[in-house]
Amino acid sequence: MLEPAEIIRQEYLRHDKKFPHVWCPGCGNGIVMNALLRAIHHLELPKDNVVLASGIGCSGRLPTYVDFNTIHTTHGRALTFATGVKLARPQLSVIAVMGDGDATAIGGNHFIHAARRNLNLTAIIINNNTYGMTGGQYSPTTPYGSKSTTSVYGHVEHAFNIAELAVVAGASFVARGTVYHTTHLRTMIEQAIVKRGFSVVEVISNCHVQHGRRNKLGNAVQMINSFKENAVQVNKAEKMSAEEMRGKFTIGVLCDVEKPVSTEEYDRVRLAAQAEANRIAEEKAKNGVKRYEE
Amino acid sequence: MGASEGQKRVLLQGNEAIVQGALAAGCRFFAGYPITPASEISEVLSVRLPQVGGTFIQMEDEIASMGAIIGASLAGVKSMTATSGPGFSLIQENLGYACIAEVPCVVVNVMRGGPSTGLPTSVAQGDVQMARWGTHGDHPIIVLSVSSVSECFSVTIKAFNLSEKFRVPVIILSDEVVAHTRESVILPQQSEIQVFDRITPSVPPEWYKPYADNNRGVPDMSAVGDGYRHHVTGLVHDERGFPTQQPKEVEQFLNRLHSKITKGFNEIVVTKSFEMEDAEICVIAYGSVARSAMRAVRDARAQGIKAGMVQLVTLFPFPRKVVDSALRQCKTVVVPEMNMGQISREIHRVNQAGTRIIKHNRIDGHLITPNEILKYLLKV
Repeated sequence: MLEPAEIIRQEYLRHDKKFPHVWCPGCGNGIVMNALLRAIHHLELPKDNVVLASGIGCSGRLPTYVDFNTIHTTHGRALTFATGVKLARPQLSVIAVMGDGDATAIGGNHFIHAARRNLNLTAIIINNNTYGMTGGQYSPTTPYGSKSTTSVYGHVEHAFNIAELAVVAGASFVARGTVYHTTHLRTMIEQAIVKRGFSVVEVISNCHVQHGRRNKLGNAVQMINSFKENAVQVNKAEKMSAEEMRGKFTIGVLCDVEKPVSTEEYDRVRLAAQAEANRIAEEKAKNGVKRYEE
Repeated sequence: MGASEGQKRVLLQGNEAIVQGALAAGCRFFAGYPITPASEISEVLSVRLPQVGGTFIQMEDEIASMGAIIGASLAGVKSMTATSGPGFSLIQENLGYACIAEVPCVVVNVMRGGPSTGLPTSVAQGDVQMARWGTHGDHPIIVLSVSSVSECFSVTIKAFNLSEKFRVPVIILSDEVVAHTRESVILPQQSEIQVFDRITPSVPPEWYKPYADNNRGVPDMSAVGDGYRHHVTGLVHDERGFPTQQPKEVEQFLNRLHSKITKGFNEIVVTKSFEMEDAEICVIAYGSVARSAMRAVRDARAQGIKAGMVQLVTLFPFPRKVVDSALRQCKTVVVPEMNMGQISREIHRVNQAGTRIIKHNRIDGHLITPNEILKYLLKV
């Protein structure tokens, strides 16, 4: 019998795709991809029914390597393409994979509106605090004071908290995980995919090459270990003081609410529209009144 | 002219006729953002699409609208968006994506005065070259124009058909005058309307190459979710859809993108000629200006001047054959436009015969009148 890793490799990677991938050794993106594939495998979603959309950047390359319906869109626009696919074929599982700059800078407007709109979509945002592919410029999640290739004197702006942004924008389900807590990450992604409504998983990841190196955060292993040290489960964090939480962040489910899903709501719109069309047709037939039609 | 059995005579606005044409062509998805003078297209489709099982969505901006219609089209549904100048600027990014990934879709631009916010409720034709060259990189694209309510209906159907056949975005340039004019038009029965649907793959999924060349130069297109799992990207890609930088593959791919339009030139290009048989002077016009031009030609004929008109329905690829023969036939060609001369420069480009070309440009937000054009015709 095949080992699980072997099953994942054989079943879900695109073997006709020219590997190796573009990611640097030690990059967290592979860990996220692995967690996503295992989540889909565990949920037994047929590959034909999975749509993976991504934007631009290192995270944007993820769909290239996996054997689903994959759409590598323009920078920041993954959720807009995903919206079109989902509305056209609501039975498909549509997942958007984005980076921090992708989802919250250039795609920030689409992100908050997708959350507000509450289509049944899943958004996975890999947050590595930088624009890695273009050479390490500061992103909306680059911490205050950090160095980057566009903030060599220290960053003077303040960072977004992506998961909390998703909560206040109205997402039905919001979770945060890290590339250290791989099993936890898989279960967060599974819950997000199963959830009816717009669901978000923010994944804290490492870019030791661009972000870590400039800020003396160590190599890949050291950075990933720091996630272990600084991540606090949501329920535990509630009992901790602000002082105790300094430099730490929460992981787990931040928000899980039930609200009407707009894909299904639109079915009601169709019924109402068809009833109205029928009523007009009947009225016309009865009265012989010529009126603006169709 | 009366409507025959099954046909319908209706009073429609240009924007409403575009809606009717889109629905007749099989459009079942629309994403848009409010903007004058295109908003009626959104409003009417928000009523009509759910009645026929389709989907209307108002997005957060025009970038998102364009993304959504590409997504829906990839999922196999004919899709459209409609906007005006400022929104047309925003759609350009994803319009390029539709070109390179060969995603059929229709974009309506109801032109108003520009640049920037410009003249929101006034007519202009300032987006002609932008429609051709607005998105970055060499790219193939089809641009059609409309001059009347009945053309709003028929050209929209044509736009969908060309888009589906050549897997290319098609832009319809309307303008504020055409959009808001109400005319009585006769709509044909659905059975009289020719509708072309994209060709889907007939091979089994494991043999399917989503971007492989064939004798049409247009690859068969499968819909997301139909079992033909493949990769779609805005990067230059090989015939399997995966990114490539191999010079040979890059060149082959980009050449095919352009040659599919060149091959289809005769089918794509539509022009209309009026009183051209013996014309010695002619007007070349498009959009609402073509209506004024037709009246000017009639008035000139009444005064014994051998005037004619060529109306360009297709603007790009540029109808060089028809324009060339008009230039050879006539001593003088008048080109009235509500811009600084965006089509007259194309006409200059194909003018091999040394014909005199007179530009008439009006950019004050008002329609060019028949008398303005007639003055030139009488002078010769």
